[in-house]
Amino acid sequence: MTTKPRATVLLCSSTGCLASGSAGVREAMSAELQRRKLEDEVQMVIGGCRGFCTMGPVMDIYPGGIFYVRVQPADVSEIVEETLIKGRVVERLCYKDPVTGETIPIFEKIPFYAKQERLILRNCGRINPNRIEEYIAFGGYEALAHALLAMTPEEIIRDVKASGLRGRGGAGFPTGRKWEATRMAEGDIKYVVVNGDEGDPGAFMDRSIMEADPHSVLEGLTIGAYAVGAHQGYIYVRDEYPLAVRNLQIAIDQAREYGLLGENILDSGFDFDVQIMRGAGAFVCGESSALMQSLEGKVGEPRPKHIHATERGLWDRPTCLNNVKTWATIPHIINNGPEWFRRMGTEGSPGTMVFSLVGKVNNTGLVEVPMGISLHDLIYDIGGGIPKGKKFKAVQTGGPSGGCLPAELLHLPVDFDRLTEAGSMMGSGGMIVMDEDTCMVDVARYFLDFLKEESCGKCVACREGIKRMLEILTKITEGQGTMADIERLETLAWTVQQASLCQLGKTAPNPVLSTLRYFHDEYVAHVVDKKCPGGVCRALITYSIDPEKCTGCMVCARKCPQTAISGERRQPHVINPELCIRCGVCRDLCRFDAVVVE
Amino acid sequence: MPRITSLEELHKLRAELRGEVMQRYEVGTTLVVGMGTCGIAAGARETLRTLSEELARRGIEAHLTITGCIGQCAYEPLVTVHRADAPPVMYGHVTADKVPELVEKHLVQGQVIQEWVVETS
Repeated sequence: MTTKPRATVLLCSSTGCLASGSAGVREAMSAELQRRKLEDEVQMVIGGCRGFCTMGPVMDIYPGGIFYVRVQPADVSEIVEETLIKGRVVERLCYKDPVTGETIPIFEKIPFYAKQERLILRNCGRINPNRIEEYIAFGGYEALAHALLAMTPEEIIRDVKASGLRGRGGAGFPTGRKWEATRMAEGDIKYVVVNGDEGDPGAFMDRSIMEADPHSVLEGLTIGAYAVGAHQGYIYVRDEYPLAVRNLQIAIDQAREYGLLGENILDSGFDFDVQIMRGAGAFVCGESSALMQSLEGKVGEPRPKHIHATERGLWDRPTCLNNVKTWATIPHIINNGPEWFRRMGTEGSPGTMVFSLVGKVNNTGLVEVPMGISLHDLIYDIGGGIPKGKKFKAVQTGGPSGGCLPAELLHLPVDFDRLTEAGSMMGSGGMIVMDEDTCMVDVARYFLDFLKEESCGKCVACREGIKRMLEILTKITEGQGTMADIERLETLAWTVQQASLCQLGKTAPNPVLSTLRYFHDEYVAHVVDKKCPGGVCRALITYSIDPEKCTGCMVCARKCPQTAISGERRQPHVINPELCIRCGVCRDLCRFDAVVVE
Repeated sequence: MPRITSLEELHKLRAELRGEVMQRYEVGTTLVVGMGTCGIAAGARETLRTLSEELARRGIEAHLTITGCIGQCAYEPLVTVHRADAPPVMYGHVTADKVPELVEKHLVQGQVIQEWVVETS
């Protein structure tokens, strides 16, 4: 007979941890357990994303829930010897609080997790995403069974409406109203669609959920299909997410075998099936109408929305399209009721939101918090503040077409309406933190450069407007800008915002408008003083060496690619501005902070 | 793989699967086997294996874990029983042959086997 394993090693194998070497750890662990004949006693489970990607590969050991970070294959034999055989904690592999220096061996106690409220991410990292059994063991498909066997579609829609759930893809449209409109629409054939076309640079919320808890998306989708009267669903995922595609397909196959997808689900008489469609990675295909065009096999271009997709969407049939996180939230609302859901978050934005916190912040990763948490708490308490003691400058929410918010707005509660009021947006949950070494004009230029490539070209305002705004911004960063350019930039931005058809164009000027609104001084500094306060724009900065601080160690002189630095040993060095290309190598190398950028 | 055709079947399946998954986490009863060098030398590995088999055979929801040397080497193999509602009990000289009795008396009938107890205070 087989015995129950006495311990479990839960190893994250999502994209983030795979990139930092989790596959090697997995091989080493499997070999080590075999070598010590512990395969029956110790079970290894391949889990999904824990969100703490900056510390990857991460590993949990149960019982006890010991949490190891940055585990390398070379650490494995020590983990087996100390923790699995002797029951001791290997301190050097535990997370250390950067502020107190304290070793924290249990992951729930790490501040990064302690302040979160993990609802959608509940199973992420806890279950093996490739085993439907583990999802069921933690209460999975309970909501679906309840919905199909004990509720009418109208009751489900009533509950989703009452919960106040708003679309997690960015626009924040009330989900219940969308479902109701699809249900009421005329036609026998209707569709439900999962928008998994996550394209914001630095955002990976949806990918992690599809990889780590694919059944939660399928369960929510099936409930939605029953509520709106659809029998076919599509999951649109970009092909750059191979692991998400793979795990979703495994989940679909397993759900079919258990009779949780397909004909006569749970003997309820309801038929529903799902197909994965892989997108080619165009940013605009995250826009719902462009996504549906792409699903139909056409060029991914948005179409006017005076007729809603809920009436005529995919193949001109009533279609209900929601973001990955929205679908994954549904089972929780069915299980716990709309009042429970409303108790989290704010009046206008109930529930939780998943953010990918990246940029100049100590704990980069995936976090889930109740709506209404302040930006400050998110960045400082969960994110652990700005690295190297630098000053916070701005946070960009909502992806490339979101806005940059300054330090004065750190108290701002994060919800759909407040972020929009401040000139940014919630978006799908991307959050990029910037420190004092960032140039806001350059940031606006960078995002417009991204959007220029991604504009589908259908509307003149977006296609030409973004390009012209980019030209002006480039001119300013090169020190050629005038005050008239700033005015022209603002006019252009408003025009693009008003005259574009879809949200890509309507929001593309956000990086420009929000930086103009909150960091106007920086634009003026570039144009009038010909200075870049962030020390980024190469045409506007000079590198020099502070003779007081320079020790004459010669490191910079040896490494300068232009040999622009000269000086005798133990004597202050000098940079020749004629030769200097402002690459920053000397500043990064100097151990005495002697390189000055102005 | 059987199709699930009712709420009852889903609940039944979940109850079966739950045991498998939940033993990763703490459950009501935890058995700790001393697995320091001293414990292993005294036969703790066989004790642990037998305990694991016995719990599985009888379908007892208990959590089995290990610890290092606590300094009572003369009494190894040591097995400590932690239950949510009672102070921990430490048993000494629990060789594999004593495991069925320990499981039967302490875990099933709820009686402490006084003559095996090691006084810790």
